[in-house]
Amino acid sequence: MEQFIQQLVNGISIGSIYALIALGYTMVYGIVKLINFAHGDVFMVGAFIGFYSITIFHLGFFPALLISMAACAIFGVLIERIAYKPLRNATRIAALITAIGVSLFIEYGTIYVRGAQLESYPDDIVPLKNFDIFGVTISGKSILILAVSICLMIVLQFIVHKTKIGKAMRAVSHDMDAARLMGINVNNTISATFAIGSALAGAAGVVFGMYYTKIEPLMGIIPGLKAFVAAVFGGIGIIPGAMTGGLILGVIEALVSAVGGSLWRDAVAFVVLILILIFRPAGLLGKNVREKV
Amino acid sequence: MRKKKVAGVFMSLMVAAGVMAGCGSANTSGDGDKDGVIKIGANLELSGGVASYGQSIKEGIELAFEEINKEGIDGKKLKLVPFDNKSDAPEAINGATKLISQDKVAAIIGAATSGNTKAQIEIAQSNSIPLLTPTGTSADVTVNKGKLNDFVFRTCFIDPFQGTVAANFAAKELNVKTAAVFIDSASDYSKGLAASFKELFTKMGGNVVIEEAYLAKDTDFHAQLTNIKGKNPDFIFVPGYYEEVGLIVKQARELGLKVPMMGADGWDSPKLVELAGKDALNNTFITNHYSSGDSDQKVQDFVKAFKAKYKDKSPDAFNALGYDSAYFIADAIKRAGSSDPKKIQKALAETDGLELITGKMKLDKNHDPIKAAVILEYQNGEQTFKTKVNP
Repeated sequence: MEQFIQQLVNGISIGSIYALIALGYTMVYGIVKLINFAHGDVFMVGAFIGFYSITIFHLGFFPALLISMAACAIFGVLIERIAYKPLRNATRIAALITAIGVSLFIEYGTIYVRGAQLESYPDDIVPLKNFDIFGVTISGKSILILAVSICLMIVLQFIVHKTKIGKAMRAVSHDMDAARLMGINVNNTISATFAIGSALAGAAGVVFGMYYTKIEPLMGIIPGLKAFVAAVFGGIGIIPGAMTGGLILGVIEALVSAVGGSLWRDAVAFVVLILILIFRPAGLLGKNVREKV
Repeated sequence: MRKKKVAGVFMSLMVAAGVMAGCGSANTSGDGDKDGVIKIGANLELSGGVASYGQSIKEGIELAFEEINKEGIDGKKLKLVPFDNKSDAPEAINGATKLISQDKVAAIIGAATSGNTKAQIEIAQSNSIPLLTPTGTSADVTVNKGKLNDFVFRTCFIDPFQGTVAANFAAKELNVKTAAVFIDSASDYSKGLAASFKELFTKMGGNVVIEEAYLAKDTDFHAQLTNIKGKNPDFIFVPGYYEEVGLIVKQARELGLKVPMMGADGWDSPKLVELAGKDALNNTFITNHYSSGDSDQKVQDFVKAFKAKYKDKSPDAFNALGYDSAYFIADAIKRAGSSDPKKIQKALAETDGLELITGKMKLDKNHDPIKAAVILEYQNGEQTFKTKVNP
């Protein structure tokens, strides 16, 4: 039983990272119908920006988190303006291939600039203790991850539902042309979506680095793909779906490992994707009133 | 287009010429002995991915040659002919061909990795030139499908041996009864070590209570470690490479697994300490080829000589194995009383009781050295010499 709860805690920790990345996928898809495959690499860039803020500028965890989010927001907007905007009226497959190109460009550009060697986050950025509750060891870091994720999700819900830009995003996602006729600046709204999504990926990068220590230029590929699975799982384009999908995927992975299938962990994640696409293409929450962003 | 074709034909001619030159030299090579000089080739990774291995080995060889040449071998001096194989197997093949056909070396030292050594075996065998790898630990370097590569030798012990040493140490020194084994299922190295650990550990009355696996490049090991924790083992054997092991040790300690953990030379990197953190590494052990902290007089003399030559740099295992490889060959040449590669080969195979920095060495029938391993303990992020285990 203790072991089961421990595995649940493990799953929720990794799941909340997936959820943070999945949010970016889902928001971008909701608004421009593009699977932004470069998103996992924005996550990687975020991890490195956080790392350099901590090691070179000696900042604490939270300032590093904010800097990384800000830098990734700008980075996301740049990617959108340079690579995707010129293709807005092109076929979807053209945009998708461009996204893959951007992804490879960021990965190998990073390797070109700083080399392929790994870096490790300093151990003492967040001096957190472990908690022992009925034989279950919960590391302070797991709790911090969960707290950061939940806070960011609440802020995101607030932005989408209570602010003017959020309203514009929802409008553009419903009908881009109608929104433009109503006087909404569609370009700015799309940029804002990329900015917010990328900021979340940047936050996920710093949290990942803090939790797992090791960061390297190709670290974004697998979490990026898993987050994509999570987004589809919850129903792509639906914000609460990305959160649920991420958490459930994390827990599924931990439980698969718990029953001795640790080598099947990645395979199971993608089997989940296939099953969802066959039996419930709209995703878990796909039946809800579509409130796409 | 046409130009390309001509160039292509020219290239293939060149390659063919190279190969033929390699064959032709079979009878004539061995006159590495000219003007009282015996040429020894060094086909090493001096640049590329694992350049630090090759560079370190070369430093060791150069120091040893300097010492040997003070007296000479029967009045002759050794001369090193280095070749940079750029950490690349095709380049290693070119290197072996060049060293044998052009430089007419009496023997080749190299390469550092098992893969680049295997690439040269064919050429060394067909030209009857001894090939000695200082650090190629994979078992199939000297034996291929049950057949001995009679001209191929190595200075290091093979991978599975470290698993045996670890089992011995766990059962006798740490007095543990139950162990968990956590392997990298993508690596033959890891599987080989785990298999030999399990075999001896169970034979000595221990019990392997759980086996878990991961894949190289994984970052999350919490789930497997939680399973291990559920079985409450006294000891965890993790024969992996430092990239993953660093995270495994760290995550294990975070989950409250405080038992001793042990690995092998795959752990040996400064990055390990960065990844795992100093505190998490306490109470962990590794087996290795050599330690500069070994109190043995021979080792301390070597450390002193090495520091004097290389600006106070403390020699690592690659330096030591490079140094030992040079003495291994020099000893064989002396006993052979000749620089004829075939006689050197015979003398190398007969090596028994040769005193080296990395232990007293004897070759078994597979050309695998039987010699001591050292056990190091991490204390506050520093490797400290714990003990030396003789086979």
